[in-house]
Amino acid sequence: MSPPVPALTPEQKKELAAIRIVAPGKGILAADESTGSIAKRLSSVGAENTEENRRWYRQLLFTADKRVEPCIGGVILFHETMYQKADDGRPFPQVIRDKGALVGIKVDKGVVPLAGTNGETTTQGLDGLMERCAQYKKDGADFAKWRCVLKITAHTPTPLAVMENANVLARYASICQQVPNGIVPIVEPEILPDGDHDLKTCQYVTEKVLAAVYKALSDHHVYLEGTLLKPNMVTAGHACATKYSPEEIAMATVTALRRTVPPAVPGITFLSGGQSEEEASLNLNAINRCPLPRPWALTFSYGRALQASALKAWAGKKDNTKAAQEEFVKRALANSLACQGKYTPSGTAGAAASESLFVSNHAY
Amino acid sequence: MTHQHPALTAEQKKELSDIALRIVAPGKGILAADESVGSMAKRLNQIGVENTEENRRLYRQILFSADSRVKKCIGGVIFFHETMYQKADDGTPFVQMIKDKGIVVGIKVDKGVVPLAGTDGETTTQGLDGLWERCAQYKKDGADFAKWRCVLKISEHTPSALAIMENANVLARYASICQQNGIVPIVEPEILPDGDHDLKRCQYVTEKVLAAVYKALSDHHVYLEGTLLKPNMVTPGHSCPTKYSPEEIAMATVTALRRTVPPAVPGVTFLSGGQSEEEASINLNAINTCPLVRPWALTFSYGRALQASALSAWRGQRDNAEAATEEFVKRAEVNGLAALGKYEGSGDDSGAAGQSLYVANHAY
Repeated sequence: MSPPVPALTPEQKKELAAIRIVAPGKGILAADESTGSIAKRLSSVGAENTEENRRWYRQLLFTADKRVEPCIGGVILFHETMYQKADDGRPFPQVIRDKGALVGIKVDKGVVPLAGTNGETTTQGLDGLMERCAQYKKDGADFAKWRCVLKITAHTPTPLAVMENANVLARYASICQQVPNGIVPIVEPEILPDGDHDLKTCQYVTEKVLAAVYKALSDHHVYLEGTLLKPNMVTAGHACATKYSPEEIAMATVTALRRTVPPAVPGITFLSGGQSEEEASLNLNAINRCPLPRPWALTFSYGRALQASALKAWAGKKDNTKAAQEEFVKRALANSLACQGKYTPSGTAGAAASESLFVSNHAY
Repeated sequence: MTHQHPALTAEQKKELSDIALRIVAPGKGILAADESVGSMAKRLNQIGVENTEENRRLYRQILFSADSRVKKCIGGVIFFHETMYQKADDGTPFVQMIKDKGIVVGIKVDKGVVPLAGTDGETTTQGLDGLWERCAQYKKDGADFAKWRCVLKISEHTPSALAIMENANVLARYASICQQNGIVPIVEPEILPDGDHDLKRCQYVTEKVLAAVYKALSDHHVYLEGTLLKPNMVTPGHSCPTKYSPEEIAMATVTALRRTVPPAVPGVTFLSGGQSEEEASINLNAINTCPLVRPWALTFSYGRALQASALSAWRGQRDNAEAATEEFVKRAEVNGLAALGKYEGSGDDSGAAGQSLYVANHAY
């Protein structure tokens, strides 16, 4: 093994302050829906997909009152949103930073097919990524996000899909960290909940995928302390006949992470996938009450699970702005409690009740 | 990819996990008394004692006759094959003596290093043939854990990619077979301290080697909660002109482990390599006072660093046996304290003085 050329100087390492995003009680608002994705959301509440509507809707989220400040450590933006402004003329990145949160930017360019597979994909976006990230950094971004997608069927994910997606995530992460003054890469290897597989199957696949991701990050000399992981929680497939409790989901999730994610990673920010707002909060809470030692922060990076009620309350009408913001604040507060294991939805028994529902870990 | 072929049942997993936790219970570590006949020759030669079976028996009897003071600091003893079937003067089998003290019995199962053709003196380790049957027999004969040592070395072009991959793979095969037989595998990927490389270089190589080891363990479906890791501490090469403090060694070691060893691994039991008894204790203590989050037990699996004084007190004379045993007990107790970060050193530096020497981790 030839003498290593260090990828980062000590100063560069310091800059990659992933820890600030996942400070206790904080998580991420994923507001980075592409124009195509946001079209679906807006049409579901009868709003037109215009640039102004998109601007107004994001402004609604970003100007919620200061109750959200202790709950949101970072906001992920889509490219268009980085360059939009609030009514008062402040660029959105500034609005977000003024509230004490860091600005993130989605940098991937979507999935593309892997030939010779059963509908599997990799993700593109590496071309010119260094230059794009350098510009985003100048324009106020401190972290980035890149989403890869895998799915569970009888024969997938294949070794090719696992290897290729792990590799492209590692290339993206390596480039982000080389940007002058540092961009923290959030690494997202999403395993879709589509299918009828059970909890054990999802756990097994998640462990294999994450092992490959961390080997690739090691091979590409990525500085783990300056990254975050955005995985799926371990859940059964949507069409699975068996229902699992939040404690079972928590135990399977934390076990999978304990077997694959090195302690150097400062935080794990779960995606919500197809979960409802309440499900996503209850599961995150159970994860944070799980009796297994967890050396990383375990928090949220939620899109729909933070916005669904706000979107519905807004329904495209400016008059509904305050009501919509209130819905968002409610979810932000709930998830802030959940990432500390302190969330008790009204009408249910207290926290102590849920502890007895954890089964001992050797079954996983 | 589906979870169709679990390697272990829930009961098998529980048994393995319980054994591993007993070995690395707080304040406990391992006595590595598994020197092969060839290695024992070197030790006995140094004190002018003939390398006979009886002398080897007498010597191990000195170690195993230690009184109940060792119960709190020794969680496991690694045997060589011959020793498993030897008895004390009063006819008690050695295995029995150890188990009666509540200590777990382990067995070295590898059959030594062999060259890797086409490399610069690199090796892999043999011993897989019939390993299943051997493990089953050792389990019946009282062993609950095993040890297998691979060796890598640092030079300008080593360890090579082949050496890393091959040694990681053979360790994973060994681990998989052990677990099938209710035996906890200790995985030992030793990177030799020979050479003039500095601390940073050793840290870099250690991180690459351990990343490969844990990827291989994942690929081979090894149950991490039922394994232990026996790595080198991260140290400079023996002929490196720069001297490093215990705190620098600790910081480099813990950083490397945090970047590679998943929290599911219950314990890391360091080999002492060429370190003196006192060095090995001081370094272990510094590791256990290192201010980075460490989710695994960090303890000892020492051979020479537990036995050097006992060996030279004995010099092959029966009359010296008690004094020799006392030397061993002393080192065992010291290392038990070091594993808790409570060893104050043999005199000069107090614990508190040592702590202020920690440099912030971003330099690693």
